[in-house]
Amino acid sequence: MTKINRRGAETPRGMGFKTRNGRGTPASNSDSFSASPRLRGKAVLREIPLHLLLALGAVTMILPFLWMLSTSLKPESQIFRFPPVWIPGNWEWRNYRAAMEAAPFGRYFLNTAIFATAATISNLLFCSMAAYAFARLRFRGRDVLFILVLGTMMIPGQVTMVPVFIMLKHWPLAGGNDLLGAGGHGLLNSFTGLVLPGAVGAFGIFLLRQFFMTLPRELEDAARIDGCSEAGIYWRIILPLSRPALATLGIFTFTAAWNEFLWPLLIMSKDSMKTLQVGLQVFQTQYVTRWDLLMAGTVVVTIPVLIIFLAGQRYFTKGIALSGIKG
Amino acid sequence: MSPNTRMIAKPSESRIAWLFLSPGLALFFLFVLIPVVAAFYLSFCRYDIIHSPSWIGAQNYARIWKDLANHGVFYLSLRNTAQYAVATIPIGMVLALALALLVNAGLRGVTLYRTTYYLPVVTSLVAVSLVWMWLYDPNYGLLNYGLELVSRGLSLLTGRQVLLPPQTWLADPGQAMLAIAVMSIWKGLGYNMVIYLAGLQGIPEHLYEAAVIDGATPWQRFRAITWPLLKPTTAFILVVSVIGASQVFGQVYVMTNGGPNNATTVIVHQIFQNAFSFMKMGYASAMAFVLFGLIFLLSLINLRLLRGGQVDYV
Repeated sequence: MTKINRRGAETPRGMGFKTRNGRGTPASNSDSFSASPRLRGKAVLREIPLHLLLALGAVTMILPFLWMLSTSLKPESQIFRFPPVWIPGNWEWRNYRAAMEAAPFGRYFLNTAIFATAATISNLLFCSMAAYAFARLRFRGRDVLFILVLGTMMIPGQVTMVPVFIMLKHWPLAGGNDLLGAGGHGLLNSFTGLVLPGAVGAFGIFLLRQFFMTLPRELEDAARIDGCSEAGIYWRIILPLSRPALATLGIFTFTAAWNEFLWPLLIMSKDSMKTLQVGLQVFQTQYVTRWDLLMAGTVVVTIPVLIIFLAGQRYFTKGIALSGIKG
Repeated sequence: MSPNTRMIAKPSESRIAWLFLSPGLALFFLFVLIPVVAAFYLSFCRYDIIHSPSWIGAQNYARIWKDLANHGVFYLSLRNTAQYAVATIPIGMVLALALALLVNAGLRGVTLYRTTYYLPVVTSLVAVSLVWMWLYDPNYGLLNYGLELVSRGLSLLTGRQVLLPPQTWLADPGQAMLAIAVMSIWKGLGYNMVIYLAGLQGIPEHLYEAAVIDGATPWQRFRAITWPLLKPTTAFILVVSVIGASQVFGQVYVMTNGGPNNATTVIVHQIFQNAFSFMKMGYASAMAFVLFGLIFLLSLINLRLLRGGQVDYV
């Protein structure tokens, strides 16, 4: 854990948002097995077994995904074939339509997109606001408060799960509830209830605060002299300068929400409000042996996150690297 | 801080700070602080969500104690969680470190490998659980086919009939937890690898250069430089893995729902079932606090264990 220093006195080591070679690939200079330069010629030969090992690992990682794709395109007759067939005889794209018709995946998709987007926006906003106060403003008890906020990361979600559920159910004046929170279903089966409990997070505040502290102060000092308000500095100077950190947190929050299972399972019991993960799980219990449809549904659930990952890969690894170094 | 800033710092700075903090703090207050206190209170109550909670003292905790003494379901869930942790953490960490060393060895094309290893991490737990259920299928699953291929290969090699019989995997009480653990190692490997990579890149190059000049073998370099300097990274991964393993739930819920015959029920699965299937919210809250205490204790032990022998060559 970082030491909490006086304002601005700290430059976190290894923030690592600026990559050494621009692409976020690991720099090869800290090779723990590296040979001395004069062995370069042999090095190429030596690389082959290492590549074989790495490739073996890569195949293990990718095989289940290929199996998922292959099954999703098979006619039912080829599913239950032993030994299994890898390339379907004729590609059964109908499986996808059949899966979409068997359960309202379109609706689940929309719900998940709304949930993930709302969670991302609220986390970016609330975390960055709090992080700005912790990184740039002075007030009494700031460091103690920051430690307390970090301390909430230790509390497992299962402890607060039951009371939060009850609280949402009895939310006054929502979902048919009266002023005392009785009578209706409250914020259950609502996006507010799904998003609100996770609308801010200690990790996000921590990540952004660390980044804000590395930003040069000259710009904001100049802006202050020109009479810019604190809100103006936060919005017009700090946030635009922090795009890499915001992108990291944004991508993290979005994928975490997209893949979230337990909380939507509790909150969204109505079929029209289910998210993809919950919908897929329920779908599985109803179509236990229809592996063609199940795998088609799984592909649909998986693809968006994979696209986001491949597009924003460097932000993923940077964010994770940061969380690791700071531990 | 520059004297300049101090001079122009407005007296209202702390008021502005509290304004910036207010949405975040309000949410923490509402959805963390109050619920923790409420959960602690509920853990001393009988509460079924329909009738209002009634105070029963420490009866819920006494029940947990009795369950543990009689090897009841909660005891089983603790045992299974421990089994899961022991099966996933050491192997997962060794594999992750090995992969990180390989990826970090300056080969060409490592970006592709790294991306591939990371794919399972970003994929949702429900999705990978479904895919692995299909892989584990006793009749048509790919894994049993793999076993058959291996037996055929061994038969050819040895000239004798070798038979690795097909397994029932998730349907077998003796194998189910292990099967879930294997899937979880596969899913989590990329995450730990990336953290180890970050740690490796923090080790200064000149240490290795000096070691090479001194004629150190690769293994000696690993023992004397890489491993000791990676200790903080290892500590972090260990703590995070133990916390994660204590809270394992999604894959269990999807793949076996605790079965067969409670062979894979885990702590969070018990909390979930008691709270939302049996409507024993008080009992579930007491279990949640047992989990909380367990995580707290294990994290302390881990950090204490790994604090000793910290090395700093830089």
